[in-house]
Amino acid sequence: MLLRHTPKEVKAREGLTINPAKTCQPIGAMYAALGIHGCLPHSHGSQGCCSYHRSTLTRHYKEPVMAATSSFTEGASVFGGQANLLQSIETIFSVYDPDIIAVHSTCLSETIGDDLQQITKKASDDGKIPEGKYVIYASTPSFVGSHVTGYANMVTGIAEQFAKSTGEQKDQINIIAGWMEPSDMREIKRLSKELGVKIVLFPDTSDVLDAPQTGKHEFYPKGGTTIEELISVGDSKCSLALGCISAEPAAIALDKRCKVPFETVDMPIGLSATDRFIMSLSKAAGVDVPDEITDERGRLIDVMTDMEQYFYGKKVALFGDPDQLIPLTEFLLDLNMKPIHIVSGTPGQRFEKRMKEILQRIPEANFKNGLNADMFLLHQWMKNEPVDLLIGNTYGKYIARDENTPFIRFGFPILDRIGHSYFPNVGYAGSLRLIEKILGAFMDRQDREAPEEKFELVM
Amino acid sequence: MELLIEKGVGIMKEEIGILEGRQNQIFEKKSGQEQQFDISCDKTSLSGSVSQRACVFCGSRVVLYPVADAIHIVHGPIGCAAYTWDIRGAVSSGPELHRLSFSTDLQEMDVIYGGEKKLYRSLIELIEQYQPNAAFIYSTCIIGLIGDDIEAVCKKVAQEKGIPVMPVHSEGFKGTKMDGYKAACSALMKLIGTGSTESISKYSINILGEFNLAGEAWIIREYYEKMGIEVVATMTGDGRIDAIRRSHGASLNVVQCSGSMTSLAKDMEKKYGIPYIRVSYFGFEDMSKSLYDVAALFPERPEIMEKAREIVREEIRTYYPEMQKFKSALTGKKAAIYVGGAFKTFSLIKALRTIGMSVVLAGSQTGNKDDYLRLKEMCDEGTVIVDDSNPVELSKFVLEKEADLLIGGVKERPIAFKLGVGFCDHNHERKIPLAGFVGMYNFAKEVYESVMSPVWQFAPRKGGLA
Repeated sequence: MLLRHTPKEVKAREGLTINPAKTCQPIGAMYAALGIHGCLPHSHGSQGCCSYHRSTLTRHYKEPVMAATSSFTEGASVFGGQANLLQSIETIFSVYDPDIIAVHSTCLSETIGDDLQQITKKASDDGKIPEGKYVIYASTPSFVGSHVTGYANMVTGIAEQFAKSTGEQKDQINIIAGWMEPSDMREIKRLSKELGVKIVLFPDTSDVLDAPQTGKHEFYPKGGTTIEELISVGDSKCSLALGCISAEPAAIALDKRCKVPFETVDMPIGLSATDRFIMSLSKAAGVDVPDEITDERGRLIDVMTDMEQYFYGKKVALFGDPDQLIPLTEFLLDLNMKPIHIVSGTPGQRFEKRMKEILQRIPEANFKNGLNADMFLLHQWMKNEPVDLLIGNTYGKYIARDENTPFIRFGFPILDRIGHSYFPNVGYAGSLRLIEKILGAFMDRQDREAPEEKFELVM
Repeated sequence: MELLIEKGVGIMKEEIGILEGRQNQIFEKKSGQEQQFDISCDKTSLSGSVSQRACVFCGSRVVLYPVADAIHIVHGPIGCAAYTWDIRGAVSSGPELHRLSFSTDLQEMDVIYGGEKKLYRSLIELIEQYQPNAAFIYSTCIIGLIGDDIEAVCKKVAQEKGIPVMPVHSEGFKGTKMDGYKAACSALMKLIGTGSTESISKYSINILGEFNLAGEAWIIREYYEKMGIEVVATMTGDGRIDAIRRSHGASLNVVQCSGSMTSLAKDMEKKYGIPYIRVSYFGFEDMSKSLYDVAALFPERPEIMEKAREIVREEIRTYYPEMQKFKSALTGKKAAIYVGGAFKTFSLIKALRTIGMSVVLAGSQTGNKDDYLRLKEMCDEGTVIVDDSNPVELSKFVLEKEADLLIGGVKERPIAFKLGVGFCDHNHERKIPLAGFVGMYNFAKEVYESVMSPVWQFAPRKGGLA
């Protein structure tokens, strides 16, 4: 009982987080930057930050993750980090030769007061940025938001600093990916192709963090949205932002800068959210939904009906990131399950508002996000009202073990299983995969724990 | 051979892809005339490098984290606590408070107005909740800037709650991982000497620098106990506050992983007159020596040495024959080593030789000049020695030197696999004990399984050429 100290009684805590359901902004910025082709993420702070982010992403993807660091020293913290960043830019272009450096700040550089915009401008003025190369930036202090907002900030930085409006509209639609896996991004591209819609997806970590074994270590793998594509997003017909927290800010920025109108839809997880995504995309592009996609949808509904009896009334606790939890909660309700405890460490009122709407049918549901919305609280809630299923990242395994609760890994980080980078959770196919996992978790438990006379062959 | 690093700027003759300003941190042992050896180390990484190194906080955290009956609270924004939450398999035989993650989760307002009050409240809440035997408070980067007086908070809480509350000055930017080790050792020093040394045997030791990854400290402890030696404290594997508090009663400090704990051994020598020796538990050779060296310091009890010999004999008799099948398959294969501390590379070179393998690259994140001199002495001709390397260099040398195996940590593993060479984690993520005699067997088996895996017949190897 690793969590034997968790008391049932929920008491107000003052300023203490136990077993967080979030991490800090910079890792999100690093992940987003990896979705640009030929980009080297750069952490403007101490060496440890960069090392931790790379290690965490490596554990999650089992892939090499390249990023550089300003390697702050005591001197930098007294005199400011400008010299470190200028030196970094020079070193990186001369040795690692990326097309783009995507700089994000840290708590240290922000507190010192380093201004990334001013320093990158100086680098440009001093001729430290070679012709045709780019340095972009995003402000991501660790004491604000979470890894999700850090991702959003970098995606916004990408949109703001690349997009150009030539005045001539292109027949393409931007899809701004909220924080999702390379497999999900691949699935979004596949669905768009099936629909016959030309899209620019950014960022796009497919073929970056799910790269094949080739006998080489590709410092810049072949995937990622290209510079050309990123410049062109300013001329697109419109943008579809997948997620109100991790993707919408970039869509707003693009609208402001290049007058590209946008619509925000939920990340297409589950039946209803995928329906909305497909409808929005087909409407925006003026295309009909092809039979192939209608059939995919039909297969999902077919399984939902086939297995309907196994979902009814099952209570679920879930934790993770808001843009995924919102459509996932909705999907669980569509399956006739009862999501009753929901926690996200990422702050923001949108989460609360959406959850209130979605959970109307379940007045007893607990949900909380932001400060103190951690896994300690989730565990306490579960002690007060036990659930049949827990859904969340790898750190849920302690609670699952202590409470003997079936557990599905979903979200970031997943440090102890594979699959998330290869098989999507989005779209009808992804929803089917979720169903398979949910049923597998229930039925494996039933097979394991049912008394012999109730041990069933046919389920 | 097409190498991605051809894009890089050549500095050393024909040696493309080495970071400008890093030439002095790389050395290749060559035959013929006396070579000048002047590897530079102990320096901070060049800004803009893709360094594999971590920070001061990381150093402190890995050293103190295995103390299982204390709470470890990270004072700062959430990241530092989140990334170090139970990532190192330091096993405990009892309490497991160290596997939880506590953070003051500082927000913007705390950065402006200071985080002392939040820290104080957090500590009080936590101590009441978990009833730990002590608390360690880690300062992160930002604490060094906003000037929280964590010493004062710790003092106050210690008085109110009656348990030791130790500040750990581990602001990330204030040096390297080595400085983090030192900060951790100073925190331990504050505990040491506060417990009773009554009934501690004259034939007693502390095991320092052993973190009980995959239960390794238990193996080592058992050897010493079999020899008739009392182990007062292991620092910090399967660590307990009470044992640490009375560890000044031991007659000898036996220090492994010298990078992290030598400073503590030195401080204890100065303050309590406890001598120390440096040992390694990797490989038959070093493992045996670490038992003999300890026994030799208790000459008035010859049965200790006798017992040590008996253990060595028995263990080698058990594992040596078993290892021969690995050796015959691995003979002539080449290894590249890139690990945290240089001391570990010495043992690894010997251990690899035991199974017939040679070392073509040896490097560390934090070695010092003496370490590298010794490495140079140990290595064969043609071996490349690197300090604070990066993925480009590592890939380059692994390919150029045609290594069959890379030994490293979490960030190096996928690089090895992408290149199509075997891998052994000699860091946090080892899943089986690699220390002790059984550890050497495990190591040989793991290397064998990885290097000889049938998967390589499907995977393009060595830059796609083989």
